[in-house]
Amino acid sequence: MTIHTHKARSLFDLPILKRALIDSLKKLKPRNQVRNPVMFVVFVGSILTTGLFIQALLGQGEAPTGFIGAVSLWLWFTVLFANFAEAMAEGRGKAQADSLRKARRDIHAKKLAEPRPGAKVEPVSASTLRKGDMVLVEAGDFIPMDGEAVEGVASVDESAITGESAPVIRESGGDRSAVTGGTRVLSDWLIVRITSNPGETFLDRMISMVEGAKRQKTPNEIALNILLAAMTIIFLLATVTLLPFSIYSVNAAGQGTPVTVTVLVALLVCLIPTTIGGLLSAIGIAGMDRMIQANVIAMSGRAVEAAGDVDVLLLDKTGTITLGNRQATAFLPADGVRVEDLADAAQLASLSDETPEGRSIVVLAKEQYNLRGRDIHLLGANFVPFTAQTRMSGVNFDGRQIRKGAADAIEKYVSDRGGIFPATVRAAVDNIAKEGATPLVVADGQKTLGVIHLKDIVKGGIKERFAELRRMGIKTVMITGDNPLTAAAIAAEAGVDDFLAQATPETKLKLIREQQTGGRLVAMTGDGTNDAPALAQADVAMAMNTGTQAAKEAGNMVDLDSNPTKLIEVVEIGKQLLMTRGALTTFSIANDVAKYFAIIPAAFATTYPVLNKLNIMGLATPQSAILSAVIFNALIIVALIPLALRGVRYRPVGAAQVLRDNLLIYGLGGLIAPFLGIKLIDMILVALKLS
Amino acid sequence: MTLNGWLQLILYFVVLIALAKPLGAFMARVYEGQSTRLDRISGPLERLIYRLSGVNPQAEMNWKTYALALLLFNLFGLIAVYLLQRLQGALPLNPQGLGAVSPDSSFNTAVSFTSNTNWQGYAGETTMSYLTQMLGMTVQNFVSAATGMAIVVALIRGLRAAPPLATGGIEGVGNFWVDLTRTTLYILLPLALILAVVLVSQGVVQNFNSYQTVLLLQATVDGNGNAVTQQVLPMGPAASQIAIKQLGTNGGGFFNVNSAHPFENATPLSNFLEMLSILLIPAALCYTFGKMVKDTRQGWALLTAMTVVFAVMTLIAVGAEQNGNPAFTPMGVDQTASELQSGGNMEGKEVRNGIVNSVLWASATTVASNGSVNSMHDSYTPIGGFVLLFNIQMGEVIFGGVGSGLYGMLIFAIIAVFIAGLMVGRTPEYLGKKIEAFEMKMASIGILVMPLTVLVGTAIGVLTTGGLATIYNTTPAPHGFSEVLYAFTSAGNNNGSAFAGLGANTLFYNTALGVAMLIGRYWIAIPALAIAGSLAGKKIVPAGPGTLPTHTPLFIVMLIGVVLLVGVLTFIPALALGPFVEQLMMMGQQAGQ
Repeated sequence: MTIHTHKARSLFDLPILKRALIDSLKKLKPRNQVRNPVMFVVFVGSILTTGLFIQALLGQGEAPTGFIGAVSLWLWFTVLFANFAEAMAEGRGKAQADSLRKARRDIHAKKLAEPRPGAKVEPVSASTLRKGDMVLVEAGDFIPMDGEAVEGVASVDESAITGESAPVIRESGGDRSAVTGGTRVLSDWLIVRITSNPGETFLDRMISMVEGAKRQKTPNEIALNILLAAMTIIFLLATVTLLPFSIYSVNAAGQGTPVTVTVLVALLVCLIPTTIGGLLSAIGIAGMDRMIQANVIAMSGRAVEAAGDVDVLLLDKTGTITLGNRQATAFLPADGVRVEDLADAAQLASLSDETPEGRSIVVLAKEQYNLRGRDIHLLGANFVPFTAQTRMSGVNFDGRQIRKGAADAIEKYVSDRGGIFPATVRAAVDNIAKEGATPLVVADGQKTLGVIHLKDIVKGGIKERFAELRRMGIKTVMITGDNPLTAAAIAAEAGVDDFLAQATPETKLKLIREQQTGGRLVAMTGDGTNDAPALAQADVAMAMNTGTQAAKEAGNMVDLDSNPTKLIEVVEIGKQLLMTRGALTTFSIANDVAKYFAIIPAAFATTYPVLNKLNIMGLATPQSAILSAVIFNALIIVALIPLALRGVRYRPVGAAQVLRDNLLIYGLGGLIAPFLGIKLIDMILVALKLS
Repeated sequence: MTLNGWLQLILYFVVLIALAKPLGAFMARVYEGQSTRLDRISGPLERLIYRLSGVNPQAEMNWKTYALALLLFNLFGLIAVYLLQRLQGALPLNPQGLGAVSPDSSFNTAVSFTSNTNWQGYAGETTMSYLTQMLGMTVQNFVSAATGMAIVVALIRGLRAAPPLATGGIEGVGNFWVDLTRTTLYILLPLALILAVVLVSQGVVQNFNSYQTVLLLQATVDGNGNAVTQQVLPMGPAASQIAIKQLGTNGGGFFNVNSAHPFENATPLSNFLEMLSILLIPAALCYTFGKMVKDTRQGWALLTAMTVVFAVMTLIAVGAEQNGNPAFTPMGVDQTASELQSGGNMEGKEVRNGIVNSVLWASATTVASNGSVNSMHDSYTPIGGFVLLFNIQMGEVIFGGVGSGLYGMLIFAIIAVFIAGLMVGRTPEYLGKKIEAFEMKMASIGILVMPLTVLVGTAIGVLTTGGLATIYNTTPAPHGFSEVLYAFTSAGNNNGSAFAGLGANTLFYNTALGVAMLIGRYWIAIPALAIAGSLAGKKIVPAGPGTLPTHTPLFIVMLIGVVLLVGVLTFIPALALGPFVEQLMMMGQQAGQ
């Protein structure tokens, strides 16, 4: 039961298909139909023509019974096809919601009277837990509800949520304290303070998001709906007034019969933008679905849509632009110090340093100078861990006090002990910083031994992604705690447009506000509690699933893979969403030209036979012409469901080129396609002797 | 078409485009409140008007206040014109002793002139006293034009406004009284003065004389066989009214036959200048727009879109008219163009104007919501008539009325930007302002209102006895339909030209068309101002590679496409039953002979 299996699901999965077929009938409820103004008109038209059909059956028909029946039938199909498109889009989400629901089983929780190990345990049902309650979760237990670990450390299987099978570590304090209801503790124990009430948990929100149950129309969708409604009204006017026009023409010309209501309804349905109207909500749902496939949970459709508009992308250097760890690449001894001695001291100082940087120093010493790793306990050495105050770490043994740390920290350490910090070391430090790398100075007591060159490794392929973003019109800003020199060098290497060095939560927030005041939309990622204010301020804020509860609540989307680079994919999904709407709107309107050519000559054939010259498609009879247009109009919805679900392909090229390409495909294509389609359907009708 | 014809067309376009920039730049200075060469003359007058009327020219208005001021001002104008007509019999400057105009005709005319439509259900020389013409018609010719220009300037200010923080929290779009006053004093009055003087030099009348009775050069007989040796020549202060009638896209003639009358339009030069004046300000306003939003390319883009559509439509009509009418051939009428005659379908056209200058005028007067004529549109071939009808049905945004054409076009630009923006995957923005639900709502009303008035009006016209009673041309059947459609198209788009053949001075048409003119004017003006107000409150998004450029040929094509498509899709069924079927019938007759 993971989301990854979901990815493999094809566009037309059989169970989803079956369910969608049933749902498209269920969606015929008027309450459902009225939400979509365009399709509601079709719905009313279907009812109207059905009424006319019944009237014809009773012998009072305004046109041949079979013709009215056929038009009526295909109008119902039009409604059903639109329902089917929506049901298909929802189907994938629903299937996933079902599997998520399984994770929300009723769990027995061990409620604690007070938050300490060994406190009295009271077994309760998870559904009775409220915000602020304390529970104990031990190996093998499910975490009953979202919360924050207040004590303990445990490995947790979060695959139910993330689809990632490798367990993650959750511990009290720091940035890994958030736990999610429905996940399972594999080893050790945690004391968890519950942070949400039943029905409001992350899992609950996820289910409702993927199911699309509470889907609200996004701002852009609302604006488009207004335009579509306006066009529907215009076409309503154009067709309704045709009846008086036709009556006048019949009287004035003294021949023929006025146009029938059936034909007018058929014309109206063909003209109003049913293609986009019928697929609009499917496009929106499918957009959310693509997010889910990318393993990102958006808290609102609005956020997905905003992602397409992002102008500025703020990216943390570490983990996003560079690999999380820096690597030692060289030892640079001070004057009069042998490089082997420096390497030896550096290795000793790093033996107990479990950070990736520390390990890379040990590895480098071994590779370059054949210095084998030693057991620090056998040496009787005493490890001095890194603290935020001293900003160095090291070992004490044999009366030696080896330290490694930031240049200014070591300088202070050395001079406190009466030593001097050599100018050559200072120069080496500056050089390294200029290259965008991190200098780590090593000292033994009052003696400065030299510098370790720690290099930031820029992720492979990231430069190309940034170039792509630039072509999309998105500016990238690297956020780092490094000094400006280092930051500038890495920024240049990674190809970002700008950087913010020595960043603090305050400067981050300030940067976002500045950009927003300039009218730009800002996206960022974050995982720590101190990121929360900036996440809340950003327009698109993607929190890492490994992050703290505060970060997740401040953001408007959560990446279950905790991969900050994914923001780029999110931007593309947002753009695709808008593009698909725009393309289908254009297609829908362009279609109308051909439909006029089919229906107008047919509708007035009895009054003005000369109008038949406009029947450039050479459609067989007036009835087959009208029916062909109606059938084409219905079938095109089905034909475009895959496009609506998959989205128009996005390529990172300039706006002008995208517009030209899409205008050619969907504008010109939309103009030509129905001529061919309607003619083909007409030929089939003739072949089947239905004309 | 003759070489001479081509040269006249080209000359017109060259002069029109050449004047757009200097006049446009001048108007931008006027609206920015910068100094101009007219300050010494117009400045004291302007300040005097503010002092007398108690207007604080520095006060910014939000869009609602602006709209309210505008509506009140136009309502006042409407009432004044109505009363002038009703009371003219008791008022001075009435040498012919013309009596009160009927209430329904007075209402229709009052609406018509305040809404910049200038639809005329009456005949000027037999209905209106000089006082009514001068205080009523001419004054409204100025201020209704100024009203339209004020609205577009407000919209431009909204489009370029910095966020309200910079302006002290008011999402201001300007001050209606200032825009109205400056437009009139700095732009319309000086231009009209120059044109009027030149027209007088060409022989256009300008006096307060009573009508003159003169001997006919060639005596003739009337329908009963009685000899006719005399004719009455109407007089009056015509030139001053005609100048602004052309410049302000008003179009209401001083005389019944409008600029086909030699006293309104005397010579080829006067014809050229009057024709030029139809499109002069609408074209120049595009440049003003570009100048004011600090990107003249934006203005040129709109002007290009307008010019391309206008040129194509004009050529279609010229072609159709030059082609002649097959019905004339059996009558032995020579319709070929030669050195001595322009050939083609000359029914309803002045011989002195010929085909090109008649059709060019007709096309210009219909793309712009001017409505003045120098030939009779009813007599055009079906395709020629279709061009004129469709020119109006595009919503009067191809040049359009002074101001109203540009704000209409900007509404279309907003819709084009919206669809194009979606297609490039970005929330649409125009000139850096985001186009969102509110703008779409207002823009939708802007494009919806016109089809509503035209189609519903026509439907009522062809269904009710009131409407049917005065359709004089019932054969061929589609022609009568075209006449009603044209009347409501003209009124609903504030054009004012008529297809004739329809008796419009009836209670039904006076009322129905009056209502159509009111809706067509203000239900678009108010949404345009609402958009201005909403945009004024928005930040400007800086342009980047992801931004859709709105000055490129691609966007121009897109904009033209949207305008054409909206017009075509809305009116094709109606046009099919009018000019299209008439054309097909005419071709059928031709084939049958």
